[in-house]
Amino acid sequence: MGFLGYLVRRLALALPTLFGVSLICFFLTYMLPGNPAMVKAGPFATPEHLAEMERAMGLDRSLPEQYYRYASGLLRGDLGESSATGRPVSEDFVQRLPATLELTFASLIIAIVIGIPLGVLSAVHRDTFIDHVGRVVGITGVAMPSFWTGLIFVYVFFYLLDVAPAPLGRLGAGITAPQHITGLYVVDSLLTGNWQTLRSSLFQLMLPAATLGFSVMAPVARMVRSTMLEILESDYVKAAWAAGLPRRTVIYGDALRNALIPVVTILGIVFGFLMAGNAVVESVFAWPGIGNYAVTALMTKDSGPIQSFVLFVAVLYVAVNLLVDLVYGLADPRIRLG
Amino acid sequence: MSDLLEIADLTVSFDSDAGEIQAVDHISLTIRAGEVVGLVGESGSGKSVTAFAILRLIRRPGRVKSGTIRFNGVDLGTLSEEEMRQIRGAKIALISQSPRTALNPVITVGRQIARLFELHGGLSARDAHRRMLEMLSLVRIPDPAKRAGQYAHQLSGGMCQRVMIAMALATSPQLLIADEPTTGLDVSIAARILDLLRELGAKTGAAILLITHDLGVVAETADRVVVMHAGQVVESAPVRTLFHQPAHPYTRALVRSIPRVDRTVTMEPIPGAVPSLLDPPPGCRYAERCGWVSERCRIARPPLTRVVADHEVACYGFEERRDAAG
Repeated sequence: MGFLGYLVRRLALALPTLFGVSLICFFLTYMLPGNPAMVKAGPFATPEHLAEMERAMGLDRSLPEQYYRYASGLLRGDLGESSATGRPVSEDFVQRLPATLELTFASLIIAIVIGIPLGVLSAVHRDTFIDHVGRVVGITGVAMPSFWTGLIFVYVFFYLLDVAPAPLGRLGAGITAPQHITGLYVVDSLLTGNWQTLRSSLFQLMLPAATLGFSVMAPVARMVRSTMLEILESDYVKAAWAAGLPRRTVIYGDALRNALIPVVTILGIVFGFLMAGNAVVESVFAWPGIGNYAVTALMTKDSGPIQSFVLFVAVLYVAVNLLVDLVYGLADPRIRLG
Repeated sequence: MSDLLEIADLTVSFDSDAGEIQAVDHISLTIRAGEVVGLVGESGSGKSVTAFAILRLIRRPGRVKSGTIRFNGVDLGTLSEEEMRQIRGAKIALISQSPRTALNPVITVGRQIARLFELHGGLSARDAHRRMLEMLSLVRIPDPAKRAGQYAHQLSGGMCQRVMIAMALATSPQLLIADEPTTGLDVSIAARILDLLRELGAKTGAAILLITHDLGVVAETADRVVVMHAGQVVESAPVRTLFHQPAHPYTRALVRSIPRVDRTVTMEPIPGAVPSLLDPPPGCRYAERCGWVSERCRIARPPLTRVVADHEVACYGFEERRDAAG
């Protein structure tokens, strides 16, 4: 059994969570003011027409029945329709998801690549200038709302310094999208050897990814710092010094390897935070992802996309944290899976 | 035997908010090549601090305030950090207290030993692996190939300590510092670990500095004993002399406090506690607990003086009594 049994059990445990999420999403829509049938039928519908529409949409049924119809629709991949685009939400989602994923991964990479070394340095040089700088940068990142950071970045790097492109989507003017393979422009243009597109997509990605990465870098750095501080005082690190291992090996091998275990957990939380944080930052940078889509829907009271966005982020959050637990077992031999 | 390690006038202090804590106060001790020296004292007497000072691993807020440590005639204080690193683990090895927590939890025990062969012996990964398996058999770990691939949490306490010993001996050090090597092990396993240490020490010619609070451990293992009290060396003698003719009142009390089954003498605990090391008084730090105390003990610290060859004691009371008798 072992790993497989563990996996099955964890998946089974995720089901109640997903059920709860779908309930909340359903009631969220139910509680929204306004009659969806009236919206759909238009302002000139006759009462008969409206009743007909309500029946067609199932709004005349009992609440549990309506939930059943909604939930079974979800299971078939039916997320409802967007009244703004007139298309099924699932189609809009599939089209926009790669943009969001690309931005999320890029921000996560920035958070890891800067956050982990920053945390290590802060711990090794505890209470020195380096530690204080790390703390200030971290607190600033957490304290500033990301739309504000984004606006400042745009103002400084695009408007004042002119080193960044205009915040207008995933590609510069006149650049065509790469052949669709994964939907991530950076990856696709790399795979097809389309250097001009690669350059442009990286360039466009730079500021929004930095904005999001900056907001989540701090929790990563703080977590690394605090666990590193503890581990640097541990018996096995003292033993490693006493064994004459080089400084680099002791800090980045013996100590950091142990410090990264709790960081994996933080990354799961950070990922969820990024997915939700996307919404605002995508709006600032006109990034055509699902966050931007949800914000637009929110302004036009288009319930389908909003509901689906909430549901999607929640499902993704559950999935990522499941993945984190599985990875945890690989990173820490003390955890016996199964 | 020539002197392998020579500690002269070593003082280590720790800065705290309340003031300076003198953990080790002007101690001197010598270890000859191949010798087993027991360093004995209660908790907080500065034994482990001395061990870390030898390896030059005292870190903030601690610092070495005075003294020299010579190893093979070389003043370790004059070496660069890189030169010192090449001595640690290779020439002077440490077996820490609490074997389980001294092994890295996410690196297999085999790898932790093998990498020392690569680092200090310059061996290839393959040769290092082979030598690691030899070491594990040498410390009598059954089924070395299987154990090598395991992690510390999968081994028993005694097994972890054997791994620590294998690590320490991997590079054939000249000096092995064993800091309370039997803490947390039950009596029979502790005895076997001590036998193993002594046997392997003799086989490889390594001198051993055996740090312990347990005189029983010293009696079985050491050639010579150095007794510390509150950061000071109070007596140093060959093991038999120490047990049969202890000179310092503290040593006498320690010997009397060993529980015995072969005599009907009642065990006597030592009165009082180790004094605070925060701004300690100038005189003998045992004065407040001592039955022989006189006025001069509180004013000036008694120097280590020779009783007979190889037996030294730091006590005014002992000198007075000896002079009166002689």
